[in-house]
Amino acid sequence: MASNTQNEKAAYWRENIVLMLKLLSVWFFVSFGCGILLVDELNLIPFFGFKLGFWFAQQGAIYVFVALIFVYVHQMNKLDKKYGLDEE
Amino acid sequence: MDVQVLTFIIVGASFLLYIGIAIWARAGSTKEFYVAGGGVHPIANGMATAADWMSAASFISMAGLISFMGYDGAVYLLGWTGGYVLLALCLAPYLRKFGKFTVPDFIGDRYYSQAARTVAVICAIFVCFTYVAGQMRGVGVVFSRFLEVDIFTGVVIGMAIVFFYTVLGGMKGITYTQVAQYCVLIFAYLVPAVFLSILMTGHILPQTGFGGTLADGSGVYLLEKLDGLSTELGFAEYTSGTKSTIDVFCITAALMVGTAGLPHVIVRFFTVPKVRDARKSAGWALLFIAVLYTTAPSLASFARVNMIETINGVDQAGTLYQEAPSWINNWEKTGLIQWEDKNHDGRMFYSGDERNEMRVDRDIMVLANPEIANLPAWVIALVAAGGIAAALSTSAGLLLVISTSVSHDLLKRNLMPAITDRQELFYARSAAAIAIVIAGYFGLNPPGFVAQVVAFAFGLAASSFFPAIIMGIFSKSMNKAGAVAGMLAGISFTAAYIIYFKFISPEMNTPENWWFGISPEGIGTLGMMVNFVVALLVFNVTSAAPEDVQAMVEDIRYPRGAGDAPLH
Repeated sequence: MASNTQNEKAAYWRENIVLMLKLLSVWFFVSFGCGILLVDELNLIPFFGFKLGFWFAQQGAIYVFVALIFVYVHQMNKLDKKYGLDEE
Repeated sequence: MDVQVLTFIIVGASFLLYIGIAIWARAGSTKEFYVAGGGVHPIANGMATAADWMSAASFISMAGLISFMGYDGAVYLLGWTGGYVLLALCLAPYLRKFGKFTVPDFIGDRYYSQAARTVAVICAIFVCFTYVAGQMRGVGVVFSRFLEVDIFTGVVIGMAIVFFYTVLGGMKGITYTQVAQYCVLIFAYLVPAVFLSILMTGHILPQTGFGGTLADGSGVYLLEKLDGLSTELGFAEYTSGTKSTIDVFCITAALMVGTAGLPHVIVRFFTVPKVRDARKSAGWALLFIAVLYTTAPSLASFARVNMIETINGVDQAGTLYQEAPSWINNWEKTGLIQWEDKNHDGRMFYSGDERNEMRVDRDIMVLANPEIANLPAWVIALVAAGGIAAALSTSAGLLLVISTSVSHDLLKRNLMPAITDRQELFYARSAAAIAIVIAGYFGLNPPGFVAQVVAFAFGLAASSFFPAIIMGIFSKSMNKAGAVAGMLAGISFTAAYIIYFKFISPEMNTPENWWFGISPEGIGTLGMMVNFVVALLVFNVTSAAPEDVQAMVEDIRYPRGAGDAPLH
């Protein structure tokens, strides 16, 4: 808005992108990493009655996904406030 | 009371509830019809999104598929949940700020082109019809098995109900019916799962029972037992699976990206009041979805052990056909279970090698589970109501996108810009009505199995919408030539690959013939890359998007000032 300078807006957008990329790398790591690419290695580790890789693929990654979105919501609300870009 | 009477009562009661809600939430304007007036609470929207999202395939077929696929079933679990992370982080807030009604609206305005809008409309309609056919089929299967009416009558009843609340209530009616449908379907899914979990492992939560020891006193872990049974019977080890890593990777990616690109899911985020509600709503939606998606793999493993032990007997010698439990005979009547006594010993035997005498359809696992585990009759009736709720809620969401695409994107924004709000609403309702009839036709004459057809829709969504929307938000200068070329290239590549292997030469559909070992289910991932690459190449030789479009992209990046979804 008018009260925000172009620089501030650019900084907001940069922080937003950085946060998004951080969270997306966690997203990639738990699903494609632990659940698919590294599954055979992780399967050697027992985790309760599961093999760890199998658990990530069929349970764990999903829990992390849910947590990621709520972290994003929380962080973005903070970011919006910091730059005065939150909705009235 | 017998199962059938109970099923009639429970399914009938759920129908009355949906109809009651539809009458209460009638739509008076196009804004109410398209986006429920833009005032839905984020938690209610999350629930509605979850019901919209969890289709007959999720409810009826998924646990069954996983139970036959073992580890490989992770492609569905990861693919159909991970997409929400993409949706929440990369799409939902910006599309909400953009504040129009549909995905083709965004594509058309962002790429300042009627051609782009038209391509998007065609993609949306195509994706939705592919997807909706499977839903109607699901309704038919449930009706024919539990109410013993034929599939035709089942589909017609389903069409009538959806017709009633979609045409009357539009998005507003659908949203609140979906909230009710979520409650019905999740309750119906959890009750048998909890029963089975307690029965088999002593754990109340199926999610922990999955990793628990068997309750028979042997102290063996459920999954260990399942791995043992699987290898003994000539199947792959349950926790390992048979697909190649690249194929698992690509199918998962295609399903995730496809989820984020499905128009009936995206449009749900237009219904909340604010940008921050759109973000929050995606979180709630995934939480509600995760309840079912973490239960499904547990249910799959319980069902697998149960089914093998019922058919083969605890001693693995085969159960005498005369002593077969009633569910086997019940499902035999529908043709979804077949037994052929190859060695003439009068005993059934199920295995992955030449000893096998059974053909068990994957689609019946969830529906047959309560019977297999001897659960009370009301649980069976509940599962029937849940399956119908899942199919109806998803159909309604899809039909709404089809009707909106026709009345809003095609007529109002393209062919007949002069029509009034009332006329547009009339066209929206008529389009919904016609779409329901076509969907019903596909339900009666389905082009393939429920889950297969749905996989098709994902590949197409992944290769068309997702890249165009992402580039539209994260690049200010991406232009219309690039976006249109990308969408056309992505969707034609993906469709050609799927049609070739699924319809023209199904006998060629084996890993040796696939490109890079990627199956038709996973080809959307490659299609998406084709879309990105073609778009960027074309963009490089054409001029950047005009100033006003760049200003619009700048504007959607900041939440302040989203206000109400604009009226037209």
